[in-house]
Amino acid sequence: MALTREQIENIAHLARLALQPAELAVYQQSLSSIFDFVGELDKADTASVAPMAHPLPGQTQRLRPDVVTETDHREINQRNAPQVAAGLYLVPKVIE
Amino acid sequence: MKTHLLSLTQLSKGLRAKEYSSVELVRGFLDRIDAHQPTLNAMVTILREPALAAAQAADRDLAAGRGGPLTGLPIVHKDLFCTEGVLTTCGSHMLDNFVSPYDATVVAKLKSAGAITLAKSNMDEFAMGSSNETSYFGPVRNPWNTDLVPGGSSGGSAAAVAARLTPAATATDTGGSIRQPAALCGVTGVKPTYGRVSRYGMIAFASSLDQGGVIAGTAADAALILREMSGFDPNDSTSVDMPVPDYVASLDAPLAGLKIGLLKEFFDKGLDAENEKRIREALAVYERLGATLQEVSLPNLPLSVPAYYVVAPAECSSNLARFDGVRFGHRAKDPRDLMDLYKRSRGEGFGAEVKRRIMTGTYVLSAGYYDAYYLKAQKVRQLIAADFKRAFSEVDVLMGPTTPTAAFPIGAKTSDPITMYLNDIYTIGANLAGLPAMSIPCGFSAGLPVGLQIVGPHFSEGKLLNAAHVFQRETDWHTKIPERFA
Repeated sequence: MALTREQIENIAHLARLALQPAELAVYQQSLSSIFDFVGELDKADTASVAPMAHPLPGQTQRLRPDVVTETDHREINQRNAPQVAAGLYLVPKVIE
Repeated sequence: MKTHLLSLTQLSKGLRAKEYSSVELVRGFLDRIDAHQPTLNAMVTILREPALAAAQAADRDLAAGRGGPLTGLPIVHKDLFCTEGVLTTCGSHMLDNFVSPYDATVVAKLKSAGAITLAKSNMDEFAMGSSNETSYFGPVRNPWNTDLVPGGSSGGSAAAVAARLTPAATATDTGGSIRQPAALCGVTGVKPTYGRVSRYGMIAFASSLDQGGVIAGTAADAALILREMSGFDPNDSTSVDMPVPDYVASLDAPLAGLKIGLLKEFFDKGLDAENEKRIREALAVYERLGATLQEVSLPNLPLSVPAYYVVAPAECSSNLARFDGVRFGHRAKDPRDLMDLYKRSRGEGFGAEVKRRIMTGTYVLSAGYYDAYYLKAQKVRQLIAADFKRAFSEVDVLMGPTTPTAAFPIGAKTSDPITMYLNDIYTIGANLAGLPAMSIPCGFSAGLPVGLQIVGPHFSEGKLLNAAHVFQRETDWHTKIPERFA
């Protein structure tokens, strides 16, 4: 399956990735070959098969009581932030 | 005394018998890490001062008769496990300044059992790779031949154990990332059942496949570590609430009557002839020990690599959406607006293979393609799991090669992603079905280690470790060390 350059640009946009022109060409080629490769899945007859929801049979999503268990870690968490002020994460202006 | 040549089990006895102190032990391994870092590049961060301080405390505990089962023993953590107050990079430029505010459950459990963290090991970026060449911090080299790859993604952990820079290291396995490097470096690696070891604080790649485990010199050492790192964790919603058996206590159970299934699909044309000989010789050892061999077929297994390269990238594209340049991680300079901030931070912060997988995943989950790719792959995954289930109604464990070939040269497979992906052709099935699996050394092919893979039903880690340990009592492949590291 050959993906077009426009398709690669659209995927990169959806994935929020800025790519250099040289990267676009590389991914156009390699993603096309990856989708040829995964196309082999069509060989399997899955008409009566339910998709796997969990690797362990019979496991369901565990729930916990809806109570506060965490304490405030904002200060320590924000030490990893690129830009903060007054306890807030700073980003470029969003609303004009 | 060459303490680096001793197993964890022997070191534990030596510490308690006061043959050496934890400080001496830890300093010895740290010196080896420093000495071989320029050649192997196995570590991202070396924790000399904190490790020596912890060793002093361990010596005080040992003197007072206190401490846990691993008190004073050194370990290395793959740089994907969050470690409080320590750089945790996941092998990526995206996280090259990230100091984790908390410990992963695995790190906390091993710490409370008394283990001392020497270093954080190098790895493929975000665990995406089979050769350790995608790391932002450069490739790790194979101790058996430094022109060759150590395998990946836990290449730093495997190389470090093979070169005896540490007696054991944590690792993770999403498609073979514990077993494949363990095989290529000639060490013992265990990927437990999905849900056996907590994923809390493991930086996520593909959440339905990721599982933490251990790489060590022997199966007995792996059992010692796995017993401490396993168990229920309320912080991981897929952690299984089941008691952890004593993996050490069951190591010596006799293997007479063990029914071993030989995976027909693993002995295919892709398997190197010398590797196949070593595997057949190992199987003959099991026969001598009273096990019986029978061929079994898993007809859907050849579809495991294509199924994986839909499911894993899909989950990766979702998990890695959190790296947005806002709360942590790399941020691009002088963003024009919020979209530019996201796109350039991610474009600059992620390496080529990670971007390839994010884009593959984004595409298979995008409108109009979900049914054709993701849903189809999850159905094929169900077929593969059913194949394994059928096999385990006939046999106790499955055995075969871990990898098609021994270690390959650095740079040999980087140009074509599919060639690289096919390295994991024998390991991915266990991840798709959530099964425990391990790799143990079983000989050499042209001077390079060959790994025997053992796969079992869910929660059969004890049986796998038992089968591996009894083999290691009969053979000495696991004691072989590359000459320059002996």
